[in-house]
Amino acid sequence: MKTLVYIDHFKGEVQPASWEALGLAKSLGTASAVIFGSGLDAIAKAAFEHGADDVFVADDPALADYRAEPYAASLSSLASTQSPDLILFPTTARTRELAAMAAIDLNTGVLTDITALESNGDQLVATRPIYEGKVLEKTVCSGKPVMATIRPRAFPKPEPDASRSGTPTKVEAKAEALTKVEGYSASESAVNLGDAGVIVSGGRGVSNNPSLQPPAGMDEKQAELWRAQQGFALITELASVLGGAVGASRAAVDAGYIPYSHQVGQTGKVVTPDLYIACGISGAIQHLVGMRNAKLVVAINKDSDAPIFKQARYGVVGDLFQIVPALTEAFRKKLGK
Amino acid sequence: MKIIACIKQVPDSEAKVKAEGGKVSWGDAPLVINPFDEYAVEGALQQKEATSGTVTALCIGPESAREALKHALAMGADEAILVSDPALNELDTAGAARVLAAAIQKIGADMVVFGRQTLDNGAGITPAQTARILGWPMLGLAGQIKAQDGAVTVERVIEEGRQTVSAKLPAVVSVVQSIGEPRYPSFMGIRKASKANIPVWSLGDLGVSAPEPVVRRTELMNPPAQQTSIEIISGESPAEIAEKLAEKILAEKVL
Repeated sequence: MKTLVYIDHFKGEVQPASWEALGLAKSLGTASAVIFGSGLDAIAKAAFEHGADDVFVADDPALADYRAEPYAASLSSLASTQSPDLILFPTTARTRELAAMAAIDLNTGVLTDITALESNGDQLVATRPIYEGKVLEKTVCSGKPVMATIRPRAFPKPEPDASRSGTPTKVEAKAEALTKVEGYSASESAVNLGDAGVIVSGGRGVSNNPSLQPPAGMDEKQAELWRAQQGFALITELASVLGGAVGASRAAVDAGYIPYSHQVGQTGKVVTPDLYIACGISGAIQHLVGMRNAKLVVAINKDSDAPIFKQARYGVVGDLFQIVPALTEAFRKKLGK
Repeated sequence: MKIIACIKQVPDSEAKVKAEGGKVSWGDAPLVINPFDEYAVEGALQQKEATSGTVTALCIGPESAREALKHALAMGADEAILVSDPALNELDTAGAARVLAAAIQKIGADMVVFGRQTLDNGAGITPAQTARILGWPMLGLAGQIKAQDGAVTVERVIEEGRQTVSAKLPAVVSVVQSIGEPRYPSFMGIRKASKANIPVWSLGDLGVSAPEPVVRRTELMNPPAQQTSIEIISGESPAEIAEKLAEKILAEKVL
């Protein structure tokens, strides 16, 4: 099987699931990495090291900023000349768009966010969660090439081999831009929950620390937000000792405690970390469907009846404002940080 | 400015959805407007107010999907159109995009607003496919929209931060929650919606044939049952509990 693997990156930073897609492609046959952007030598080198048989680069200042239209046109044009059986992408906001458009150009279909891919005779069968993971479907694409975006952390990541190298093949950039990037700010809310191995999440309970006295002059809502900030500071500290990311429940996001980009759950992000620590999260079904595929779930909550305990392997019925800092301290010692 | 909000009807997010006899079942849970699409209607209404425009809510679905359109009308949409045809039972995302594009062209629009994804299929690719078929620019994941002088600028909420992107109108925009909480239907709005005449367009009305699906489901499964045995960690002090819990977590070798 001949596969093109789209290596997704943002300003040179590769989405790790791109390598997982490359590993999957190698297990099916030959794998050619596809990289678009400007100044791509380091990524091309990394693609060879991660096992690419070939690397196609469209290295052009016109592609410096990701925009869906020129990237889709460049990919469709490459696919037309290479005739792959399959094009794989890591699932990201960019690749959903890119694959969607290229599928229209190539008159084929996209299987998004797949968690398994098997070869059944000459047909590829993908498994993907629908209804936010409440149900799984097996699905096939009768068009050619089959296009699929893989869920981060669902497929093994190949170990890079520094002795592998090669010469990238240059391909043409199609610069049909319909949109213009005016600016970018790496806001503090920037978070990549999909790739995180550890997530520590806070819920509505993070503002519920009565022993904290907010600064004078705050009204009730300001005091609540101030308390929530102190609570999330504790969660952030634990996350950072564990090398993880900070998540949140919808209740915490809706209350304005933390930006939407941190939201785990049905209307937020579906995550699959190795370790998920839920702090002050009661566990509404809409949150549970977003995190129930974590390998190990730990819940800390005052309410012993909270539904989150039904999903957890370990639970602490107690005050998160006491347990979380103590846990941070315990890990700091044990991990030598 | 003429704005179209594309919406879909889905089972309520609290529904216990499962695979049953090869079909998706959601028991007696209600069908509602896709929660992400409420944000699309909200975003469209904000643009209507900023530009003295009009909002048309557009939906592909069975007769029952009228209820989702009525919700959009009650929120403040000016009109609603349902595309319904027995030939649309097996529709993949590209097919849905082709039908939507045909309807959008028939209605005419300066801006089309989608929600980020639907709660059912959840692929999140219909907005971009619709834009591609129309040949219009795609501005995805907008948390803020400003339209002026035939152009639109959005602030995109992406994994890496915030990105400001502009394009000429007409354009397709998909929105995220930062656009603002969807307004509640007003009493007057609900009354208006209950009396509204919602036209139903068939594929014949759109002048297109039923798109042949490229993507097909071959099997439906329930996810494997979760382990449910929980071990509650207790102790004399937070430090003791934390110590025990950290040991347990380290022993699981997930770090």
